[in-house]
Amino acid sequence: MSEQDWRAIRAEAIESLLVERGLLDPADVDRVIETYNDRVGPMNGARMVARAWCDPDFKARLLADGTAAMAEFDFGGAQTEKLVVVENTPDTHNVVVCTLCSCYPWAVLGLPPRWYKDPAYRSRIVREPRRVLAEFGLVLDDDVRVRVWDSSAEVRYLVLPRRPADTDGLDEAALAQRVTRDAMIGVAQP
Amino acid sequence: MSAADELTGELAPPMANGEVLFEAPWQGRVFGMARALAEAGVYDWDEFRAHLIDEIAAWDRDPAGEYRYYDHFLRALERLLLAKGLIGADGLGERVSAFAARPHGHDH
Repeated sequence: MSEQDWRAIRAEAIESLLVERGLLDPADVDRVIETYNDRVGPMNGARMVARAWCDPDFKARLLADGTAAMAEFDFGGAQTEKLVVVENTPDTHNVVVCTLCSCYPWAVLGLPPRWYKDPAYRSRIVREPRRVLAEFGLVLDDDVRVRVWDSSAEVRYLVLPRRPADTDGLDEAALAQRVTRDAMIGVAQP
Repeated sequence: MSAADELTGELAPPMANGEVLFEAPWQGRVFGMARALAEAGVYDWDEFRAHLIDEIAAWDRDPAGEYRYYDHFLRALERLLLAKGLIGADGLGERVSAFAARPHGHDH
């Protein structure tokens, strides 16, 4: 780093003060970063979506109570917020946002992408969802209803995309490979 | 290993779908601190979230310069810790000055 970054210095100063006061263990900070690096990410959500595509009973449980269905998997990371899974159908498309900040279903998608946190997405997806989705490359028929779900401190949303037509015969693991993060936010289709 | 050693060591940026989640190591440290403190019960995550919303809302009302999410995240954490008396403004100012005065190469 050729120039000093005041934010890096400030962050380091805060950390050093917290460590001195016994409020923080630097190893815990490392552990959080490693968790999101290695163990928590969109692959978790993709496994749930793939199972829902294969197993109608699991799909029913997932839509009835996302938090409980998630507990059937051994995902790392703490999810204390309620997880609500919303299903795309031939006549309804769902898309997720957090208009106030950056709430996101961390345990099943990891950390949000940069655009999810940007002011443009947070405001425009509510005002003109079809246009924003088209900019993502997702053009919906006029008769498809778009529902925008605003995340909150208590409730995090995950989109259950529709299973692609060309996936007959694929097993759960192969299907999970087809599920993208963006499809589970609702700005793409798998 | 001391905290300073940890901070000057290399931190691989977390990736998701091939995207870099943190653009600089300090962003990962700030995120990690905010979560670790909540998990340790130092504060409730909702308290942090309220400060983050305030910071972002202030920018939304009066956008000044480029939107940098982790700048808001850092300020939210700092203000929460100050408001709860967990760090002091004077102590923080002194520590920042001391770190800023170090020779380059030790300023990560």
